[in-house]
This record gives sequence, C-alpha cells and structure tokens, in this order.
Amino acid sequence: MCNQTVGLVQAAIEREGIATVSITLLREVAEVIRPPRSLFVPYPLGFPLGEPGNPSLQHRIIAAALALLERDAVPLIEDFTG
Amino acid sequence: MANYAEMSLYVRLFMKKYPFSKFRIEPVPNSPLRKPLSTSTVALVTTAGLCPPGQPPFNQKLKMGDPSWREIPNGVETRTLIESHRSQSFDHRGIEADRNVAFPLDRFRELEAAGQIGRLNHRHFSFMGSIIGPRPLIEQTAPEVARLLRADGVDVAFLTPL
Repeated sequence: MCNQTVGLVQAAIEREGIATVSITLLREVAEVIRPPRSLFVPYPLGFPLGEPGNPSLQHRIIAAALALLERDAVPLIEDFTG
Repeated sequence: MANYAEMSLYVRLFMKKYPFSKFRIEPVPNSPLRKPLSTSTVALVTTAGLCPPGQPPFNQKLKMGDPSWREIPNGVETRTLIESHRSQSFDHRGIEADRNVAFPLDRFRELEAAGQIGRLNHRHFSFMGSIIGPRPLIEQTAPEVARLLRADGVDVAFLTPL
C-alpha cells in the first residue's frame, strides 16, 4: 500500500507544478497507479534506499532517481541497475 | 527484489484482490524540472510513517488507514524520528538501524553541502503508507501537502515508500 500512497501523493505534488520523482519497490503497483516518474529498485519492501549504513549505495540510488526529473515522457518507470 | 511472490499468503491475496486500478492516476500530471538541480529547492516526502519527537504518532487503528501527515523540520536529527508504520508486510529492521534507508535526509544534506542541489526546504513531510481507503488522501491531505510545498517555493519533491 505504501507504493500506492507514494504515487497518489506524488501526483498531487506534480499537479502543483513541482517536479517529482519516487522510488518504487513494486513495479506491478507503479504500472497500474502511474506516478509521473519512478525508479524501480530491486530491494525488499522496507529497503527503498537499498541497505542501512551504506551511504554509497544510497547516493547511487538517489542520483539515478534525480536524473529522471527532467524527463517529460510520463508516466515513466526506470530500472535501477546499480 | 520485492514482488508479490515473496509476501505472506495473506498479504499476497490482499494485493491480488485490491482494486489498485480504481486509483489509477488519469491524466498523469507532468511538471518536469526546467532549471538546474544545483539551484533547485528540494523537499523529501515519505510514506514511512515517520514522526518527529513530540508529535502524535499515526493512528494504527483506523481500518481504512490514517491519511494524516506530519511535518518534519529540516533541522531534525534523523535518528530521533520515530517509525510508526503499522504494516507487518515488511522487515522494519532496516529503517530502525538507519532512517536514511527510507528517508535519506542525511544523504540530501551531503548533496546540499556538495552544491549538487540548491538547498533543502525548511520542512519535509511524512505519511503512513498503509492506506487502504485513499479517498481522503486523494481529495484532502495529499493536495494540502502539495499546496504547502508550492507555497514554500519547492522545485523538486523526492518521494519514498517503506
């Protein structure tokens, strides 16, 4: 349900003219809900930024997500490949 | 990787039957970033159910979910945030060990210090994602937060589930 809630809040924010990007852990949910831009990461629920105590991995995930902000072919779901 | 197959049977059956398509975003709004990230104001929004110390926790007893939000001051010490997400469908130990695993404020502070983002907004927002009946969220609480972010002059919102 978290991934649905993220998408719905994200859409409300994007409607206010703010560029948004989200992390998603469930591609199936993002495909149906359709947030504007999301990065699908291959980690278990509870671990959207990969691993606790791993700033380097967390930064790579954030950078991959932020790289989507200028994209305007929405909705888009990009895979995080490390 | 998270997918339906790894969840408990109960959660799996719930997810299979849940009418996600009823809440499909249509049309998909589109406001791509038109300025450099290095001059943009960024806010974080999470559905991890995080509460700053001293604020009331999310209501875990509402059957359809608690659609309310909490404001997280930018100056908060991340490890003091209290996780009150009710869902038992995932492992809570990651966020207990490191809040950045779902609310990467320390990482964004590093990006701000390095000049890769313009600045962090003075506040961020938290929801508890376990909302089965999202109408109040769609109609009231999500637009409230969106308007506050706009009034703050935020250019970019970075959203994370748990």
